[in-house]
Amino acid sequence: MSGQTAEKLAYMANQIARNLVHDAAPVASVADHIVTFWTPRMIDILVAQGRSGLDPVAADAITQIVAGRIPPSQSRATDPLVHGSDAG
Amino acid sequence: MGYERQADFGTPEVRSDTQVTCFIDGREVTVPAGTTVMRAAALTGGSIPKLCATDNLKQFGSCRLCLVEIDGMRGTPASCTTPVAPGMQVHTQTPKLHKLRKGVMELYISDHPLDCLTCSANNDCELQDQAAAVGLRDVRYGYEGENHLGEMPDISNPYFDFDPSKCIVCSRCVRACDEVQGTLALTIDGRGFDSKVSAGLTSDSFLSSECVSCGACVSACPTATLQEKAVKEIGKPERSVITTCAYCGVGCTFRAEMRGEQVVRMVPWKDGKANRGHSCVKGRFAWGYAQHQERILSPMIRESIDMPWREVSWEEALSHTAREINRIRDTYGRNALGGIVSSRCTNEEGFLVQKLVRAGFGTNNVDTCARVCHSPTGYGLKTTFGTSAGTQDFDSVEDSDVMLVIGANPTDGHPVFASRMKRRLRKGAKLIVIDPRRTDLVRSPHIEADFHLPLRPGTNVAILTAMAHVIVTEGLADEAFIRERCDWDEYQHWAEFVSAERNSPEFLSPVIGVEAEAIRGAARLFATGGNGAIYYGLGVTEHSQGSSTVMAIANLAMVTGNIGRRGVGVNPLRGQNNVQGACDMGSFPHELSGYRHVSDAATRALFEAEWGVPIDPEPGLRIPNMLDAATDGEFKALYIQGEDILQSDPDTKHVMAGLAAMECVIVHDLFLNETANYAHVFLPGSTFLEKNGTFTNAERRIQPVRKVMEPLNGYEDWQVTQELARAVGLDWNYTHPSEIMDEIARLTPTFAGVNYKRLDAEGSLQWPVTDAAPDGSPIMHIDSFVRGKGKFVVTDYVPTDERTGPRFPLLLTTGRILSQYNVGAQTRRTANVVWHEEDLLEIHPTDAENRGLKSGDWVKLASRSGETTLRATVTDRVAPGVVYTTFHHPATQANVVTTDYSDWATNCPEYKVTAVQITPSNGPTEWQEDYDAQATRSRRIAGVTGLQGAMEPAE
Repeated sequence: MSGQTAEKLAYMANQIARNLVHDAAPVASVADHIVTFWTPRMIDILVAQGRSGLDPVAADAITQIVAGRIPPSQSRATDPLVHGSDAG
Repeated sequence: MGYERQADFGTPEVRSDTQVTCFIDGREVTVPAGTTVMRAAALTGGSIPKLCATDNLKQFGSCRLCLVEIDGMRGTPASCTTPVAPGMQVHTQTPKLHKLRKGVMELYISDHPLDCLTCSANNDCELQDQAAAVGLRDVRYGYEGENHLGEMPDISNPYFDFDPSKCIVCSRCVRACDEVQGTLALTIDGRGFDSKVSAGLTSDSFLSSECVSCGACVSACPTATLQEKAVKEIGKPERSVITTCAYCGVGCTFRAEMRGEQVVRMVPWKDGKANRGHSCVKGRFAWGYAQHQERILSPMIRESIDMPWREVSWEEALSHTAREINRIRDTYGRNALGGIVSSRCTNEEGFLVQKLVRAGFGTNNVDTCARVCHSPTGYGLKTTFGTSAGTQDFDSVEDSDVMLVIGANPTDGHPVFASRMKRRLRKGAKLIVIDPRRTDLVRSPHIEADFHLPLRPGTNVAILTAMAHVIVTEGLADEAFIRERCDWDEYQHWAEFVSAERNSPEFLSPVIGVEAEAIRGAARLFATGGNGAIYYGLGVTEHSQGSSTVMAIANLAMVTGNIGRRGVGVNPLRGQNNVQGACDMGSFPHELSGYRHVSDAATRALFEAEWGVPIDPEPGLRIPNMLDAATDGEFKALYIQGEDILQSDPDTKHVMAGLAAMECVIVHDLFLNETANYAHVFLPGSTFLEKNGTFTNAERRIQPVRKVMEPLNGYEDWQVTQELARAVGLDWNYTHPSEIMDEIARLTPTFAGVNYKRLDAEGSLQWPVTDAAPDGSPIMHIDSFVRGKGKFVVTDYVPTDERTGPRFPLLLTTGRILSQYNVGAQTRRTANVVWHEEDLLEIHPTDAENRGLKSGDWVKLASRSGETTLRATVTDRVAPGVVYTTFHHPATQANVVTTDYSDWATNCPEYKVTAVQITPSNGPTEWQEDYDAQATRSRRIAGVTGLQGAMEPAE
């Protein structure tokens, strides 16, 4: 994975955090924003790099996203969009 | 329909609660009080002779042809200036009138060439019609006396000629320029017999004058004095079709007047509810690109972008493309695929592209060019009001008392609506302009902004918050409205925030670069001046805080109670013709049509049932994310319909790298655009003249686009997408776009009542069209907001990370110009280039002097991202420290300079703030030369020489 992309995603997460800092629950707002607009793969990249490069609010938001996540498909064999709703 | 002139009732429609009944030649007619006798007669089916009167101009009373007799009134009053009265008995055809009118016509014709048979207006001339109507048979005065028949024509304008020898000095052209367009470029020079129409100074031609070539004068002219060159060349049209313009988001409707398969002229449709019979130079005249020699009409493929293109059959192109898509999906997974929906194409075409991506490719990686223009509007207005759209119709401006225009240049970007704004401003409405540049709206004939706040680029949120500070702390908030319509707790939280000293004009003034007292004055005017309407454009959205600015605008509208009725509201001026529609159609990667998130199971179930495939519940990639993923090696194929992301998107080098990293780029377009330099498949597109469908304009108005000629490439764009879908295995069988609209209506609650039958019958519909609003919704949020209570959002000013410094001390902001459109792919292939043949850099005299520059000099424009060269124009239109350019020409590639900073919420690029340095230059940069060489190589077509072969210049 490109370090440049991870850096850019961290920048984006921090930017979101800076703009939502006045919300009643900023961590939840940032988490909600990221889940609403980012692909799971983008979130994975950020999760993989840990808290480094992230503002505290953004880092907590990522932690909150991970905590609430349903594990993704482990392989194409279990991806419903590849094989329809029937995992087999 | 066959060709017939649009009905002309002589004088404008009058609105009145009082109705008056009178009698015209014994025929009873009831009309609103204030209606003229001329109009009342026309409404009964009669026709009083006239020359100086036409129904989009105020009555003038100069030609003396429309005289009538009225019982109880002395003399023969002019019917165009006489209002009806209760019980009035009007006689329009009497021996006395016949004699008078014949005498008037005799005088006109005595100084008019008698070349009717060879005149370009033959059989389409009001003078000719009226001569027939009054029974003129001879002219007693002869033609030997002094006359104007030897006057020389002015053929300087590329689209129309002015032949003064045919002028009857009715002043319709002058009045059209004044009243309809608002430019006041024309005048009547001289007096009496010497009177003549003049475009400014004696030395001026139409081309060199202030004329903006909107065509209003040409439409108003009753003779062949002002006439389209195309009519002279081709002849009178033989049929006409009503359709919708494919340029900006105003959505003007036109009569395409045709001779066979050839467009003779596009005439603004008087019944068009967006444009009310007006037009601009682009829609009226710049349609010749449809037949331009550089259009690509055959599909083409190639294995790699180093190779020349190879023309192939549609079957081969589509099967090759499908194989590539399937190969990439099998090799890299479905999320390596994506598509881009065009904001220039129809709703139906956009809907099909996103359907192909979601249902055929199996991914939500679909986006639209709204990403780079109005995506913050969608986010900001949905958050605060509950709907991703403007709140008003254009007619609403007629009731505005104060207009706040921020980050928009309507006279250039949305000229037809700008004319309506100017008309209201000339009647006394107040104007606040917030813009780094002194746009034309700030000062134009009979218009002077009450406040022009030339803020430093990047400080929109700061200035709007400072205005809110004034309104709240000075007790100007509309508390009754807020308590009834908005969430009171959120308001209090917001009010406390904006009231803080650090948000006062005095504190923020040094940041904004505008005097605190001017900010206070503007805030007070907006809060207390009556109906306040906010109009904004890309100067708001294309910033790192674009979404925050949209929400700050919404806050300002709510705190002053300016929502939910005529004359007020939040009005995003959309850039491209169908930006609103493309967004409505589910073109964003996180939303299905009607702005419903893909994670919503109930919504997905609707689509899954209709389409028979599962929909991914996770959002897909946005355009910038696609390019990032491509450079990371994870994104491999992109279907791009009607967009040129290499020219239009920021940070050109990054876009090039992303495209170059893909294995299959499919460009579906009219021309080999810049993006096609990196494409492997080219599918020829069709113009708006060659297809059926609908566009949705900035006021949510869905309007029909009608095929006026057969597509030169053989297929309408929706058909091409359908064939591609079939090639990848989808069983699509649409036979007409109306069936696609029916599917949209089934799946999208806000479109529930929309269908082609209604659009044909009613001309247009403004969504939402639902059971609750069966006739559509010209104005939204009337009794309550769509989201329930209006939401005040705290918008803290966060400065952009793009900063000036010693190396890059100036701020570049970009925009557009009247004669060109977007990346220029269409307008550069028309005669509009006479007004703007290259991008120019505007620089303040002080900054120019410091660098030893004068107008016309070549300069290097450099930023942290890249550099290019262009010529300078020294002007105080921009403030010191700020430079400005347009992005219409690929030779400049202004976006090689812009950065990849973007809006925090939507990733809309920050086009409007780039730190740059300007230095003298003597030619193109090395990068420009390399780019040009690559473009030339890339456009080679095997077996074809000439323009599309090796000699093809960079578009």
